[in-house]
Amino acid sequence: MMYGYEWDTSSALAFALSILPILGIGLLVTLQAAAVGYAIALVLGLVLALLRRSRYKAISWTVACFTEFVRDTPLLVQLFFLYYVLPDFGIVLPAFMTGALALGLQYSAYTSEVYRGGINAIQRGQWEAATALNLTRLQTYRDIVVPQMIPRIVPALGNYLVSMLKETPVLSVVTVLDMLALANMIGERTFDYLVPLSMVGLIFLPMVLICSALIHLVERALPKSGIPLR
Amino acid sequence: MTWTQYLAPLMKGAQITVMISLTSIAFGTVLAFLAGIARTSSNPIISGIAFVYVLLFRGTPLLVQLFWFYYALPLIGVSFDPITTGIMVLSLLTGAFGAEVVRGALMAVPQAQHEAARALNFSKFHTLWHISMPQAIIEMMPAFGNLAVQNLKDTALVSLISIADLTFQAQSLRNITLDSATIYTMTLAGYFIIALGLMLIIRFIEAKLRRGAAFPRSAHS
Repeated sequence: MMYGYEWDTSSALAFALSILPILGIGLLVTLQAAAVGYAIALVLGLVLALLRRSRYKAISWTVACFTEFVRDTPLLVQLFFLYYVLPDFGIVLPAFMTGALALGLQYSAYTSEVYRGGINAIQRGQWEAATALNLTRLQTYRDIVVPQMIPRIVPALGNYLVSMLKETPVLSVVTVLDMLALANMIGERTFDYLVPLSMVGLIFLPMVLICSALIHLVERALPKSGIPLR
Repeated sequence: MTWTQYLAPLMKGAQITVMISLTSIAFGTVLAFLAGIARTSSNPIISGIAFVYVLLFRGTPLLVQLFWFYYALPLIGVSFDPITTGIMVLSLLTGAFGAEVVRGALMAVPQAQHEAARALNFSKFHTLWHISMPQAIIEMMPAFGNLAVQNLKDTALVSLISIADLTFQAQSLRNITLDSATIYTMTLAGYFIIALGLMLIIRFIEAKLRRGAAFPRSAHS
């Protein structure tokens, strides 16, 4: 029994159905972690991308090295780093927040490259035209750069949302009670890992497919010429 | 313990990590070509099997796959030792992602070349081997480079099925010494160095392939 739900091990199908509500609770945690992580990745990635464009070599170079380092090292080790090292510096976060932060940090390195590519894809002439028209930096970004950038970056950003969703089970390692953690606990108690673990896979599969399809729809709905922000 | 004393166990773990990563990249590449070519097959059974394989491994989390092969599969009588399980799952995952790369690169070869090959009475195999593949393989290299680094990062998860890789050694050291900051910094640096090495190897292979290429990249892209 878990969260008040009894399981029925009389047959594989009955077992699978009886643990569905428990896995549902885990699914909620999985989705929350992905949502918080993705929000962090979107914002932090943008900050990194803008810093990377800084005119000061020291800043742009440091950010470039940081992004490369985060991109080329495993999420699991970064997670352990945050989980065990932050408390040494007096920062004690709940496991869920540490996990979401690790996800966000890893993916901010990816999204920053997406933003950078999006900004770099704006032709030089447009920047020059903006200067010639005496637009301020804010106006250039808000009215010229970002509206054209959005349709270009949405597909890549969407793909990273899907891969982040698939990486959330790693958080179960630091005691976050996501779907995989609950499936493992059910496995430990019933000595049957086959059904709960298969169920987790079977729940992830349609979720990932639907997510990809939705992103594809959004991608096609966006006007290629850009989206005015005002 | 000082940081120099961490080096020996971490190096031992790094060896396992490199071994698992290189082996599963090698097997994964073979699988990627098999499944990628199968996906372009006109036989619906062959392309169907490849499609389901790619779908299953791309659509589910690696950790779930790993636990499934390690904990669930033995319950239906199929069991492997941890190292074999780790290499197998990582190869299957890399193969599934690689298959899409292979398929994409093969499909990017202009249709006119297939028509020309048919006009010259090339067999299907000859068209694939002498016309499509030599051009496609160079286009695949950057994506395969990314997959190789992704594979290296993914190997960290095998520490969770009791394989003594770099991450596992770091965990054991931390449990003894509680010196988290030093140990994890060294571990991250270790992965970064291995990743740089991997990227150098890929660059080298790409340069080799490009030198022998019949067409420079600009000629058909």
